[in-house]
Amino acid sequence: MRSLIDTYFLRGIAVTAEKNMRIYYRKAPVVIFGLLFPLFMFVAFFIGRELEIDLFFPAFLAMTLFFTSSSVGPLITPWEKQARTFERLLSYPLTVGTLILGDMAAGMLFGAGISVLVLLLGVAFVGIGISSVVLFLVALLLGAICFASMGVLLAAPASSSPSNIMMLSSLIRFPLIFISGIFIPLGELEGLRLAVSYASPLTYLVDAMNHAAGGPTSMHVAVDIVVLIVVSAIFLIAATAIQKRSLTKGL
Amino acid sequence: MSNDHLALEASHLTKLFGTLKAVDDVTFSVQRGEIFGFLGPNGAGKTTTIRMLTGLLTPNEGRVIVNGIDLHDHMIKAKMQMGVIPEVGTTYVDLTAEQNLALTGKYYGLSRERIRERTKELLGALGLYERRGDPVRTYSKGMRQRLSFACAIIHEPNVLFLDEPTEGLDVQSRRLLVDMILELNMKGCTIFLTTHNIEEANALCQRVAIINKGRLVALDRPEALRSSFEKTQSLEVSFDPRIATDTLCFGHVSKIETSGDKMILYTDDPHATIKQVVDVAQQEHARILSLRTRGPSLEEAFIMLTDDKRPGCEIVD
Ligand SMILES: Nc1ncnc2c1ncn2[C@@H]1O[C@H](COP(=O)(O)OP(=O)(O)OP(=O)(O)O)[C@@H](O)[C@H]1O
Ligand SMILES: [Mg+2]
Repeated sequence: MRSLIDTYFLRGIAVTAEKNMRIYYRKAPVVIFGLLFPLFMFVAFFIGRELEIDLFFPAFLAMTLFFTSSSVGPLITPWEKQARTFERLLSYPLTVGTLILGDMAAGMLFGAGISVLVLLLGVAFVGIGISSVVLFLVALLLGAICFASMGVLLAAPASSSPSNIMMLSSLIRFPLIFISGIFIPLGELEGLRLAVSYASPLTYLVDAMNHAAGGPTSMHVAVDIVVLIVVSAIFLIAATAIQKRSLTKGL
Repeated sequence: MSNDHLALEASHLTKLFGTLKAVDDVTFSVQRGEIFGFLGPNGAGKTTTIRMLTGLLTPNEGRVIVNGIDLHDHMIKAKMQMGVIPEVGTTYVDLTAEQNLALTGKYYGLSRERIRERTKELLGALGLYERRGDPVRTYSKGMRQRLSFACAIIHEPNVLFLDEPTEGLDVQSRRLLVDMILELNMKGCTIFLTTHNIEEANALCQRVAIINKGRLVALDRPEALRSSFEKTQSLEVSFDPRIATDTLCFGHVSKIETSGDKMILYTDDPHATIKQVVDVAQQEHARILSLRTRGPSLEEAFIMLTDDKRPGCEIVD
């Protein structure tokens, strides 16, 4: 019995992730908010300024990872509810936990994939150097999990309106990039602005990326890692609890 | 007590939405191999019941047992036994028929090989094989419904739930679907379907439960339901010249319908009503052009059962 659940649990996650990748990676909101947006931010903030690109590259990469990973999750559940596919999905042998993790996995793979691509471009054309590949991979994975979980959490209270959830998620995601040490290094902040930065999980990803790339850091890397893990767990648990309550909302 | 012969047991199912009791203490069981119909008007609680039976909604009270497996305690195991066609449930329009079936098959843990076999088999039987590689968004409504059906049975479930499966289909698609349901049933699959089409329930189901405002109001074989509602017998009569409908509101007549120049008088005592009709014709100096008695109709029985009360006689055009 136990093993049956385990098998279907894991299989369910894999199949859910595959489904999401096939269907939702191509949707306009994912492309716009996940790909074009970080690009615009990059162009707006880095091009034509006297910023050293390799100094800011880890932060930019963290921002890309943040945007891409968190752009898939908010779309899935509201889209499925609107397209009337959610009820059928729920009739399959799976649990809410399976769905949440499957949605998270799709966001995580999207974010990690795009970010690795961006990194490779950075290494090839800008000459970005990485001092610790292992740490970089750990940061990438944790960051992708953390913000994909955030994306799933944003969708959890959804009824059947993707546009409402996309709006909500933009409203929450945008402020975060301004308070997370991306454009202004943490070391140059103090007082309230520094305190606010510490409240953003993205700050810890930026810091971890800087550790990996040998850039300016302000915390011990263990702190970054622990915070990302704990925040991911909180996001996932909250998403599951909320999703359970609003499961049939808007069906 | 052994309940091996039962495919589905629902006991004291109750679901509240806020203060609304959408389903109120519903208890019934379905035999293995049976086609069981759940009949009720809009908003009666059919979909809510089916959602509780398939684990989508958690009932406020009561429990569901599928093939001896408690749904609440062993959700995954119980769901493995079931196939579900939701009321408005569609397949993924971005995917092809093949991809939709493969996705469903994988959720049920079928092997690649088995999925291929079943896909060919089902799409062939449902006339979708030629279009298997086209995205579902290019399908007609009937084709989508057939694909939906295929997805629900790819894993050869023991119990199939269908929520108003033939709603909005043309005669041909409807017949194909009904044939598929019957064929599946012949192979031993238990069928639970909801409908508000009495003819369909009558033709298809071995037993029918009637639900109204969340409560079960009757549960029996369609023939038994038919005979137990004698008051749905009727007289079809036409006069020349026509007489005002309300002059016919007497004694046993519970409802009058006019259709064309004919009036249909629902009565639990046709004998007495015929005499009164003749009297009225005499008083009004009208000729009776035609007079015909009709047996009880399940359709009327259904309406009478599900309406709370019907004071006096109702006139319907
Ligand atoms: N999620 C929900 N929240 C609040 N009320 C609901 C919800 N789902 C159903 N209801 C209410 O419960 C009652 C029963 O609804 P249900 O959908 O089960 O009816 P039905 O018999 O399937 O009707 P139909 O023939 O129209 O499909 C209705 O009054 C409906 O408004
Ligand atoms: Mg319904």
